[in-house]
Amino acid sequence: MRAGDSVYFTGTIWGIRDATYIRIFDGKVPPPVDLHGAVFLHVAPNVRKLPNGKYEPMTVGTTTSMRMDRFTEPSLRECGIRGIIGKGGLSDASSAALTSLGAVYLAIVGGAASVETEQVEAIENVYFEDLMPECLWEFRVRDFGPLTVAMDAHGASIYRDVANVAQERLASIYAKLGIK
Amino acid sequence: MRSATINTDAFYDQLEELGERLYVEAQIDIPPDVRAAINAAMERETSQVAKGIVNTMLRAMAISDKKHTLVCQDTGFPIFFVTIGRGFLIDGARLIDALTRGIERATAEHPLRSSIVSPITRENRQTSTGDGIPVVHIEFSNEIDYIDLLMIPKGSGSENMSFLKMLSPSDGISGVKKFVMEMTVGAGGKPCPPTIVGVGIGGTSDLCTLLAKKASIRPLGERNPDPQIAALELELLEAINATGIGPMGLGGDTTALDVHIEAAWTHITCNPVAINFQCWRGERRRAKVYADGHYEFGY
Repeated sequence: MRAGDSVYFTGTIWGIRDATYIRIFDGKVPPPVDLHGAVFLHVAPNVRKLPNGKYEPMTVGTTTSMRMDRFTEPSLRECGIRGIIGKGGLSDASSAALTSLGAVYLAIVGGAASVETEQVEAIENVYFEDLMPECLWEFRVRDFGPLTVAMDAHGASIYRDVANVAQERLASIYAKLGIK
Repeated sequence: MRSATINTDAFYDQLEELGERLYVEAQIDIPPDVRAAINAAMERETSQVAKGIVNTMLRAMAISDKKHTLVCQDTGFPIFFVTIGRGFLIDGARLIDALTRGIERATAEHPLRSSIVSPITRENRQTSTGDGIPVVHIEFSNEIDYIDLLMIPKGSGSENMSFLKMLSPSDGISGVKKFVMEMTVGAGGKPCPPTIVGVGIGGTSDLCTLLAKKASIRPLGERNPDPQIAALELELLEAINATGIGPMGLGGDTTALDVHIEAAWTHITCNPVAINFQCWRGERRRAKVYADGHYEFGY
C-alpha cells in the first residue's frame, strides 16, 4: 500500500480510543486479546444494548487520531498492530514508527459516520466495558471505506506533504494579504 | 405537540420537547446552505483523493436523509443560543432547566452517546449533561417578537482547535490575519475541513471567543454588515483556500467553506483575536417560539 491509494477493508477491526490506550500503555494492563496483525480504528461508537447482552451499533464514526499520537509506537512495537484507521493524521514521529515497524495509517472521512455504520456488520465482542463508550470494541466489517492510505510503511505522509506545500505557499499568500 | 401559551407549565414542557427534538434533528439534517457548499466543493476539487472525500461526505448526508440516522458519531457539546424577543415574561432558570432535561431525554430515549464528562475524574453520567452543560447563552432582542432557540451540537474535533491571542494594538489587523493563517495551517486536517472559520475580533478575552463561536454558526454566504469586515472575511477565505490543505487535510482546493468575522469594541491596549472552527457538517437547528406558543422549525 502506498500513500494516495484508496482501499476498502473486510474483516475484523478493533475500535479503540483514549481511555483504553491509557489503560493498556500507561496503566500497563495487558490487552485482553492477542492483537498481533490487528487493525485499529479510532472510535467510541453510539450503541444500543440488546436483551442478549450484546451491543448493536447505532452510530460508528472515527475520531481525531492526533490525541492518541504517542500510542502509535508502543501499539506497533508491543502489540504488533499493522494498521491504524483514523481521522486527521498522526505526527512525523508516528510516521517514523510506521516505517520502521511496517504499518500504515488509513485516513477515513471524519463526520461520515452514517456511511461507516452501514459497513459494520456486527459488534462481536466488547472489552473494558467499564470505560463505556471508550472500550475495546471488536467490529466485523464489510467493504469498510473508502480509506485513503495517508501514511505508508515507506516513510510517505500526505499530511507532511500538504503541510510542506502550505508552508511554501504562505510567502505569496502573506504578500497578497499585505503581511510579513 | 400542541401549542402552549408563554410562561405556563405547558410552555416549559414544550421547551423540554423542543430541546430534545432540536438536539436529535440537528445531527441528522444538515442545513441547506451547508449542503450547497459541499456540493460546490465537489465541483471545485480536481484531485482523486479530494473528490473521493467530498463524495463520501455527500453519501453520508444522503444516507442520513434516507434512514434518519446521525451524520457524525460525535454528539458533541450541546449548545443553545436563546434570543428572547420583545415583551416576553419568562422564567430563565426554568427555561435552562427545560432545555437541560430535553438534552437528557434525547440521550436516554433516542438513544445518543453521552460525550460529556467531568474534567477532573472523567466520569461520564451518560446524560450528555453536567456542570455547565448544556451551554445556554441567553440574549435579548427588540428586533424580534418570538423566542429564537438555536441548537448547535458542537463537534469536539473542531472545538479542540479553538484559539485565542491577546495581540498588541501595534500588531494591527495584519496581526489578526497572520494569527488566523497560522492557526488554520497548524490545525490542518484535525477540525474536519472544509470548515466554517469563525473569527472573533475585539471585546474582552471571553467575549472574543464567544464572538468567534457566533461567527462560526452564521449561515454560509452571509457577510458581516460592516463593509470593511466583510472584505476581510473574503480576503481570508481566499487565503485559506490557497494553502491547499483541502478536505480532511489530505490536499485540495476547499479548506474553508466560508470565513465569518464578528467584532466588538475593545480596550485601548487590547487587540484580541479568537478562532472557532465549525466542522464540515455545519450542524445547527432552530425553533422560533411565538407568544401564543406555536413554533416553527428552521436552520
